[in-house]
Amino acid sequence: MTSFEAGTFTPAPGRGPLGRMLATQVGLETRLALRQGEQVLLTLIIPLALLVGLSLLRVVPLPEPRPAAALGTVLALAVMSTAFTSQAISLGFDRRYGVMRRLAATAIPRWLIVLGRLGGMAAVVLVQLVVLGAVALALGWRPDPGSLGAVLLLVVLGTAAFGAVGVLLGGSLRAELVLAVANIVWFVLLFAGGVLVPAAALPGPLAAVVVLLPSGALAEGLRATLLGGGPTPGQLVVLLLWALVAGAVATRTVRWS
Amino acid sequence: MSGQAGALEARGLVVRYGGQAAVNGLDLSLDPGSVLALLGPNGAGKTTTVEVCEGLRDRDEGEVRVLGVDPAGAPDSLRARVGVMLQGGGAYPGVRVREMVGLVASCAADPLDPDWLVDTLGLTSCARKPYKRLSVGQQQRLALACAVVGRPELVFLDEPTASLDPQGRRLVWDLVRALRADGVAVLLTTHLMQEAETLADHIVIVDHGRVVAEGSPDELTAAGADRELRFRAAAGMDLHLLAAALPEGCTASEPTAGSYLVEGAIDPQVLSTVTSWCARQGVLADDLRVARRSLEDVFLELTGRELRS
Repeated sequence: MTSFEAGTFTPAPGRGPLGRMLATQVGLETRLALRQGEQVLLTLIIPLALLVGLSLLRVVPLPEPRPAAALGTVLALAVMSTAFTSQAISLGFDRRYGVMRRLAATAIPRWLIVLGRLGGMAAVVLVQLVVLGAVALALGWRPDPGSLGAVLLLVVLGTAAFGAVGVLLGGSLRAELVLAVANIVWFVLLFAGGVLVPAAALPGPLAAVVVLLPSGALAEGLRATLLGGGPTPGQLVVLLLWALVAGAVATRTVRWS
Repeated sequence: MSGQAGALEARGLVVRYGGQAAVNGLDLSLDPGSVLALLGPNGAGKTTTVEVCEGLRDRDEGEVRVLGVDPAGAPDSLRARVGVMLQGGGAYPGVRVREMVGLVASCAADPLDPDWLVDTLGLTSCARKPYKRLSVGQQQRLALACAVVGRPELVFLDEPTASLDPQGRRLVWDLVRALRADGVAVLLTTHLMQEAETLADHIVIVDHGRVVAEGSPDELTAAGADRELRFRAAAGMDLHLLAAALPEGCTASEPTAGSYLVEGAIDPQVLSTVTSWCARQGVLADDLRVARRSLEDVFLELTGRELRS
């Protein structure tokens, strides 16, 4: 005799609907990212503080109108924080805690696990776009409806490029090492990677390198677009190449556990 | 090998790490609705064997069929039919108990009610706690919930009670019995003799990646020296007379002073021979017990008494 009613565990095997699996996983990954203090600091608080600071204070040289240029800077930072740093760190620790093995032992197809992670990342970027856009409007940003398509294209390409590098990092090294490297790289790229300080204001040799980095290409492209111009083909190609090369390497080196 | 017969069949399974064979020619067979316990010391190859059957690890040699399907590469069709409890669990560090059970439940067509399961496993009080802040025992019960929530045909439980308190252990045992009663096949690994003896229909003792003994709990404990008779009496009695009086195949010894052991097929005749011999010696046999070997005796006999890392 057991304390369970007979028939409680009678087998009823089968895979859940793909849509429900995806929705549950994306919802969970998004909540996890927005609930974790360190991640929110990185993905929302710091970009918000910088948006307000850059728009109102004249510490860093920025072209006019300042709110539009500041929005370009913080959108690039926000994408980098979410797709690269936050993604790499959470992947590193998820692997440490056996999430990948746990998911691999359920009926979720492998491609859906990857899609779920990407979905969670996209949802966070969307939240960032809405929040940062709304605050920029309040600070005096007057969007040009014609440029929003280019902004979106840059954000998608930037997310792909940083996301691929983030997965490559988070999926290959030990969790503590991922944490250290992801934060250091974030810091270096913020100050010397063309995000906070435009490439034009950096020393010549550094500026030449910066425009080839995803940070430089994304931030320069976003600032130019939001100030009334648009991304150069070079910036789009740089982002695309980073996404493709890092993605290709990641599919070979990333370990699931 | 016919795929339909068993819930799980393995023949000549070999898994090597580097040059070393962690599993070295293992055979297993698990019937639907029954419980198979893989019993062995640390490093015997239990987890490796289970991981191969789950499709989470590649094998080097041998044939394996799980529910009639080759588990290599963990095909989607198979993963929808089995439930897995990983050793050490596995969950997002920040995920809450209820969320994790809900996520795994969403992968199944007709899952158990996650709230009911969380409550049944005594996790309601920590249902909103993040995984990384759970005790090891709570993490283990969560892992068990994840293994059964999808209503699988076959459940793999890798050391399901290793870090549980006695109450938690009872609960898991109760659940395993209910699974079996409802027709679920269970493969569990353990190094707890009592657990294997209590739960399993069939026990396979493994060591150094090989099967060293197998059978039902009764068969294993009855095998070899069938039974033993122990009693206490005055130290230093002459055992020659007793040995002569005992039937063929029975031996008498005094392992420690005043404590006597008769090994062999202990039947009423032997019992009466021993007591009347004591009477003739003018001593009273005290604390006289007929004992079967415990599974632990069998286990230690087969796998040795030295400590494993």
